[in-house]
Amino acid sequence: MDRKDWPLFEIFIRPKNGLSHKHVGSLHAADARMALDNARDVYTRRGEGVSIWAVPASSIAASDPSEKASLFDPADDKIYRHPTFYDIPADVKNI
Amino acid sequence: MYTQGLDAKTEQGAQPSPRLVTEQDAALQGRFQERVDAEEKIEPRDWMPEGYRRTLVRQISQHAHSEIVGMLPEGNWVTRAPTLRRKVALLAKVQDEGGHGLYLYSAAETLGVSRDELVGQLLSGKAKYSSIFNYPTPTWADIGAIGWLVDGAAIMNQVPLCRCSYGPYARAMVRICREESFHQRQGYELMLALAQGTAEQKRMAQDALNRWWWPSLMMFGPSDDQSAHSAQNMAWKIKRFSNDELRQRFVDATVPQAEFLGLTMPDPELRFNAGTGHYEFGAIDWTEFNEILKGNGPCNRERIEARRKAWDDGAWVREAATAHADKRRQRALKKAG
Repeated sequence: MDRKDWPLFEIFIRPKNGLSHKHVGSLHAADARMALDNARDVYTRRGEGVSIWAVPASSIAASDPSEKASLFDPADDKIYRHPTFYDIPADVKNI
Repeated sequence: MYTQGLDAKTEQGAQPSPRLVTEQDAALQGRFQERVDAEEKIEPRDWMPEGYRRTLVRQISQHAHSEIVGMLPEGNWVTRAPTLRRKVALLAKVQDEGGHGLYLYSAAETLGVSRDELVGQLLSGKAKYSSIFNYPTPTWADIGAIGWLVDGAAIMNQVPLCRCSYGPYARAMVRICREESFHQRQGYELMLALAQGTAEQKRMAQDALNRWWWPSLMMFGPSDDQSAHSAQNMAWKIKRFSNDELRQRFVDATVPQAEFLGLTMPDPELRFNAGTGHYEFGAIDWTEFNEILKGNGPCNRERIEARRKAWDDGAWVREAATAHADKRRQRALKKAG
């Protein structure tokens, strides 16, 4: 196989203005420009998007799933970050 | 489905060597099964049993290979479609199948295997793909039968897979199902035109149905009691329904569609059982299926040769893309420097 130098790109598509780019899949391409063109061919056959991001997979820093519990633990007991923690009488409007 | 009961044959000799299951490993396995039982999705790089990972790599890659090889029997008629409407529909369907292959190779790559490795396995003949694509398409009506029956059977299998436990595979299936919805309609509309056309057209449609019906039933694979791995795949929620259950659903959905066409199913034992609410059908002769698995089907060799030729003939395109990328990189460096 002669495509060791075709890196993996993760593809993100913005469906329409106002919405965020969403991960739709991946592809291999020789460079970023070809990744965008190929993404257009394979991920937008039905007008799914107005904007494409192609990101080399090697550039993505990902949290380790095995450390998920300890990584996200600090937020678990901070219930005072949620509006429901606070008692406001029902008669008070606009709050 | 596109992965069938190919398990039974390929898993033999692929068992992991016996090793001590450590306490930690047993705990991880237990926690993993709890997550699957709770309908939690497993995502890339989550801990997973090696058997789960290996099964998924095999199933997803076989599914991907099936999409790519599946472009061939239909591609055969693109230049000979009788009208522009039929031609654009068929072209779009074949393009979709190429795209579906990509979604599935991408999903497989999240499990630590490379796309090139998988393609190599297909071209060497090591990897399997769905038996249904080893049949020829001698008439235009075959294109209708494929869209109606083969895609119909695929949809029956793919909808439950949208809820399989492995996130990337499930998401790829959601995308595929959305795109697949026109494939079956394209085929059925074609059959309708033929069945309501001239006597010769109707004969052609009936002949295609006669040749594609039983192979479509075989797409669902043998009864699950024939496969040692069905139970494990169900427990891991890779498989959601049994082969027989899916096959029965397909028969129940399709027989009325054939009746509407005014065509006859090539099964003298087919009858509706008012008691069960299901259609009873004749016994499947698995000899043909087994021959195809061994590589002796009508088009096995032709399909692999076509794929190898496409790979070899396409080498200049891959080389050109790499050279083009290099050139662009050099130009950019020059401009900056």
